Amino acid sequence: MAGWTHFQGLAAGLPVENIDTDQLIPARFMSAPRSAGYGGFLLHDLRHGPDGGLRPDFPLNSPEAQGASILVARRNFGGGSSREAAVYALVDAGFRAVIAPSYGDIFAGNAVNNRLLPARVSEEDAERLLGAMPAVLSIDLEALAITGPGGLRIGFALDPVWRLKLINGWDDIDLTRSHAARIADFAQSRRATQPWLWPSRDPTSSPESG
Amino acid sequence: MSAPTTLFDKIWNEHEIHRGDDGSSLLWVDRHFVHEGSHHAFGKIAERGQGVAEPGLTFGVADHYVPTRARQVGIADPAVARMVDTLDRNAATHGFRLFGLDDPRQGIVHVVGPEQGLTLPGLLVTCGDSHTSTHGAFGAFAFGIGATEVAHVLATQTIWQKKPRRMRIIIDGALGVGVAAKDLALNWIAKLGADGARGCAIEYAGSAVRALSMEGRMTLCNLSIEGGARCGMVAPDETTLSYLEGRPFAPSGEHWEQAVARWSGLVSDPDAGFDREVVLHADEIAPIVTWGTSPEDALPITASLPDPERAGSEAQATRIRDALAYMGLQPGRPLESIAVDQVFIGSCTNARIEDLRAAAAVLAGRKARVPGLVSPGSSLVKIQAEQEGLDRIFVEAGLEWVASGCSMCVGMNGDIVAPGKRCASTTNRNFRGRQGPGSRTHLMSPSMVAAAAVTGHLTDARALLAGRL
Repeated sequence: MAGWTHFQGLAAGLPVENIDTDQLIPARFMSAPRSAGYGGFLLHDLRHGPDGGLRPDFPLNSPEAQGASILVARRNFGGGSSREAAVYALVDAGFRAVIAPSYGDIFAGNAVNNRLLPARVSEEDAERLLGAMPAVLSIDLEALAITGPGGLRIGFALDPVWRLKLINGWDDIDLTRSHAARIADFAQSRRATQPWLWPSRDPTSSPESG
Repeated sequence: MSAPTTLFDKIWNEHEIHRGDDGSSLLWVDRHFVHEGSHHAFGKIAERGQGVAEPGLTFGVADHYVPTRARQVGIADPAVARMVDTLDRNAATHGFRLFGLDDPRQGIVHVVGPEQGLTLPGLLVTCGDSHTSTHGAFGAFAFGIGATEVAHVLATQTIWQKKPRRMRIIIDGALGVGVAAKDLALNWIAKLGADGARGCAIEYAGSAVRALSMEGRMTLCNLSIEGGARCGMVAPDETTLSYLEGRPFAPSGEHWEQAVARWSGLVSDPDAGFDREVVLHADEIAPIVTWGTSPEDALPITASLPDPERAGSEAQATRIRDALAYMGLQPGRPLESIAVDQVFIGSCTNARIEDLRAAAAVLAGRKARVPGLVSPGSSLVKIQAEQEGLDRIFVEAGLEWVASGCSMCVGMNGDIVAPGKRCASTTNRNFRGRQGPGSRTHLMSPSMVAAAAVTGHLTDARALLAGRL
């Protein structure tokens, strides 16, 4: 996958705390193959009313938010389940970046693995941005800065490892392959010194504990 | 002389294959658990034409989608059937052990791993499920990962990680009667927040933690993720060893002796430094219930619902208001006055034998006023509970006794709470719609769920336990 350094797009605000991954994609949609596209599942049960229609009062449903590719939210975005499908839903709906004061750890890692930026800003800056939504924002991964209309400029935090991954578009499996010999040595020595770490019991033997 | 080291660092160091210039480390994975939901990851390695690097360290369990009723007639929903079949097929293709739908050892992955002796002290354990933190109860470094990382572990048996900060939660004192590991966990999450331990590896210590059974330690570590932690762990001790000895996949004979000798070093050195330390007192902790839509929305059962007018900030007021509206509750009302429509006892958090015994202690000889489902943590827990007569207590109380799986904790198999219905649940997440679209979940311990079943409203289980324990 290609990396990226600069991105400009329409940002929409979701002024809610604790948007967990169950909100980002409800569990019942996750048996679908990815090829079907996950964008329509994004925030499904918050976007839709009980009758199945779009809720006009939900921020992402407003006409001004259509075509948004940057999402601004409150603290603890993406907490909860490890489901990477939460990131697929954002990416397939066209999002390239999320801006929030904090993230669920697993979500943030999953985001980076799918080229979605989890930019961390202070609570105050998040509120400033939310007050300016919707707006076109520019994100610079080199400068770790977000710029917007009226001279708006906000710095964001991003783990240096993740920053490099996003910029270079690195794939971990390829990266790890270059360490294949070291991994093989490690496994061999581990097995030699602690053979019991490789369970040997025939799985078809008695299920009762002895 | 080496510097004083934490339990976490000892395990980390033993698994570090390589440290990159950027500070991230390539770590060896000792146990990789996969389930039906891992289909995206298998798809990814198939796309690359790659196999599973260490099938002998990979274990499959069917849990997220499996039916809990009428298994013998097959799976009615074709999408669900496809998920279970795909796992079967991947196990056959790649040659790893599978505890599938028809296996007598089937159950929830975080119950089956420990029960089979696959989870051991000092191991690095991964699984594409956030509650993998459960396995830390054995003094393992165990954490949930996403599908891209699952594919990476399948292909290489390694994972890249940045070292988390070290945090210790010390809980001293003795738990009161009717107060459980669940209450310890919800207590600290309510205090520190659902992201209070973000970026941290937690070690639980103190006399109240030492006094917990393995089941209790698993509940405590399981909920670490609900406070945002990377993982939670408890140093192994005699309780750990007596749980493990003789388990089917645990080392035996000479290997057991070697393993035990090694595990004796798995403890934080007396002067080891932690980035953060929190001290709690078990004696002060009452049974806890959640009232809102995040596990941090938790209060002692003796309290009343919060008032958004008294919140510290506008953002907080909005959150309380939204949560109460979703839950259909009014500010200021006593928690004990909240009526429930149904109960659920199950999940990787609280469906082990000790949890079922705790619920049964409240329900014995009583009738439930509301319907409910009891799904044991594994098929072996189910058999054990039946041998102890616990199933009869549940059924005679009017609850439904079903097969093992993730069931109504996540609703993927069709066991759901109907829109607008309120469920007292032993599970781990009270998120909006977690137990089904529009469902309203109150999290609590097994004895508290049993008490809610008996009275039909949120209830302090201690009153119902008088003279019973």
